[in-house]
Amino acid sequence: MNNTMISIKNINKTYNNLTALHDVNLDINQGEFIALVGMSGGGKSTLLRLIAGLEQPTAGSVTIDQSDTKTLMRVMFQEDRLLPWMSVLDNLSFGSKDKNTKAHAQELLELVELGDYADHYPTQLSGGQKQRVALARALMSHPKILLLDEPLGALDALTRRKMQDLILDICQKQNLTTILVTHDVEEAARMADRIIVMKDSTNSYEEDCPKNRNAGQIGIVADRVLGEILNEKPLEVKTA
Amino acid sequence: MQKPVSISTTRRKKFTIPVDKFLPFLIPIIVVLLWQVSSSLGWLSSSVLPSPIAVFQDGVKLTLSGELPKNLSISLYRATVGLLIGGGIGFLLGFINGMSNTSRLLFDSSIQMFRNIPHLALIPLIILWLGINESAKISLVAIGTMFPVYINTFHGIRSVDPDLIEMGKSYDLTKKQLFFKIIFPAALPQILVGIRYALGVMWTTLIVAETISASSGIGYMANNAEDFVDMETVVLCIVVYAVLGKISDLIAKSFESLLLEWQNTGRSNA
Repeated sequence: MNNTMISIKNINKTYNNLTALHDVNLDINQGEFIALVGMSGGGKSTLLRLIAGLEQPTAGSVTIDQSDTKTLMRVMFQEDRLLPWMSVLDNLSFGSKDKNTKAHAQELLELVELGDYADHYPTQLSGGQKQRVALARALMSHPKILLLDEPLGALDALTRRKMQDLILDICQKQNLTTILVTHDVEEAARMADRIIVMKDSTNSYEEDCPKNRNAGQIGIVADRVLGEILNEKPLEVKTA
Repeated sequence: MQKPVSISTTRRKKFTIPVDKFLPFLIPIIVVLLWQVSSSLGWLSSSVLPSPIAVFQDGVKLTLSGELPKNLSISLYRATVGLLIGGGIGFLLGFINGMSNTSRLLFDSSIQMFRNIPHLALIPLIILWLGINESAKISLVAIGTMFPVYINTFHGIRSVDPDLIEMGKSYDLTKKQLFFKIIFPAALPQILVGIRYALGVMWTTLIVAETISASSGIGYMANNAEDFVDMETVVLCIVVYAVLGKISDLIAKSFESLLLEWQNTGRSNA
């Protein structure tokens, strides 16, 4: 269980002399659900993009464990990034004519409770439905690692809550290694096994979340993490 | 206030379908009727403007004699071949410059410079080079239609949402898939705008070219009729151009609605 899936060593990233990440070291275990939280500009999205290979580090390395067959990574972005000229089903299969691909796409649509929407175009869906399609698309090629870049940021509170449960359920059932970038500390406290605070271009603080936590525990964890982000020292006052 | 408004909308709904179909034809029909009445009552001298019936009869006569079909088909031939060559080159250049930065730096500013020359100003040069045969008229149409297709293809490809391209790359699409699944469909609305614009340029170029130097075609027919003060045929040619323009616009529109079906799917049936 405790084998390392993603190993980040001494990562540095600068953009035109601006430091985005400074000496980040982090090991992520197989099947672990990590939440990266922090203020805007703290480097959490940059770290995710480096892990995803969308950008290259200025120094340091990201190593992905390739021991079991081909380790596949999929990113789910903040925007749904669906192709508006393709039906929902084709957005999953990228228009592939292959029968198995289509059947698999339909299965995943059922999983995200959009089985009846295969022939719809993205413009006909609500924001939450679009993100569910994007989630199904991310799962198409049986990934081992799921990278979530604030995918729920634009959703209303109720839809958000339903999506959190759906993602958690899928990640647990498929034993995915998941990294969630979010600015919502409570979301992180609800979903993650481990919360990592990104502050001043590095991972400054870690918090392990209790298993099977209740609402009270979620609140306590969220408050402690929030205090850490905002530099509020007397944490006990917040939780009281 | 509320009540009368709602009544009038329900009433209007009953009549929308026939009125919507009929309304676009209303003004042309009134104009033709007024024109015919003015001619019949002698308000409009036939040396200024022949009556619609006279123009129609002239059209029937020229169709039966084979003159109109012959000239019409040669004009259609020049227009189509010119558009295919010009549009094809425009698309190819727009595609290459849109996809490759090196190619864009190398070619784009020269093309933009060339584009700013009014292509009709090239007529004397083209007549000197190619004479007054088919290739002269076809090249003029090709030059005229090349630029609108080029510019719109180029901009269409350059302005594809980079987020979608990034998504495609991170989802392991091959270069070919990236083009056919993402870049081309995203640029298509803009490319079709270019083609529709090119269709307009195609007809105006052809009219001018055929009027100045030709021995066949609708433009030649009009010019020839002018020499014989044959007003009916002059007006007939103008009407034929109007109809051809309208037909090509309808074809372009139906292409748009066929290829861009996804743009018409609103949220209404969600």
